[in-house]
Amino acid sequence: MNQQLKPHQWVAAHADYLYSFAIARLNDEEQARDLVQETFLAALQKVSAFEGKSSERTWLTAILKNKIVDIYRKKSSGLKTTAVQAAAEQEQNDFFDEANGHWTKSSGPKEFGIEDKDHLVSKEFERVLKMCLQKLPALWMSVFTMKHIDEEPTETICAGLKISSGNFWVIIHRAKVSLRACLQKNWI
Amino acid sequence: MGYLKRVIYNCKKATLLIEKQEMARLTFKEAFELRLHLFGCSFCRIYKKQSAVINQMVRQLFHDSSLKGAKLDDAFKKDLQERIENELNKN
Repeated sequence: MNQQLKPHQWVAAHADYLYSFAIARLNDEEQARDLVQETFLAALQKVSAFEGKSSERTWLTAILKNKIVDIYRKKSSGLKTTAVQAAAEQEQNDFFDEANGHWTKSSGPKEFGIEDKDHLVSKEFERVLKMCLQKLPALWMSVFTMKHIDEEPTETICAGLKISSGNFWVIIHRAKVSLRACLQKNWI
Repeated sequence: MGYLKRVIYNCKKATLLIEKQEMARLTFKEAFELRLHLFGCSFCRIYKKQSAVINQMVRQLFHDSSLKGAKLDDAFKKDLQERIENELNKN
């Protein structure tokens, strides 16, 4: 067995970290627990593949990330999700004029009062932001977190979620336009 | 509609380019069209500022929640440790 891996200490050293990592991305405690367990068990099967190029924690996190992407992909292909997505896409058409692409009358961006770099964000604004994030369709949220939080390369995201690169930009755009509109509606 | 007018009206395209610009290089034509659009469109100028701030805030939100650190309960951890030990003993 590889010298750098210490499976006897895994739970004590990394379980809580991996658990928080999964919760932040899935927003589901039970699913997060299951994934932590699956990650350790999968890692045990792969110990011989560990080359010691990254730290033990980074290596375990990479295994967990792959499992999260699998869940994202499953989530975004369910029947119920397709309905949520269709509704969100419909809403998207309301933001821009169909003929010339201009903002429609009710959807033009207005200042929130948070545009200054040094502005301190209140707890209340954070609450609204969380609520708006949860309203995004699963696929959009997956693309958004993989890009903005985990800073994955675009190709990795497209391959993991099985989307084309053209579709990637459309999703990144739609997610942000929806999120911004939700903030405007619930904050101002 | 002429080319310039199309660029000036099209906020949908301009906001897509704003998103793209935050993480990739625009082509010369795209960069030109975006500059031209932003020059005349106060809505999209607000959008651009907000888009960057939203990215920052979402990042902060995830960062904070991982620092706060959700914790697994001890019973679950004990079980998990036992499963790992079992697996290790198999080999």
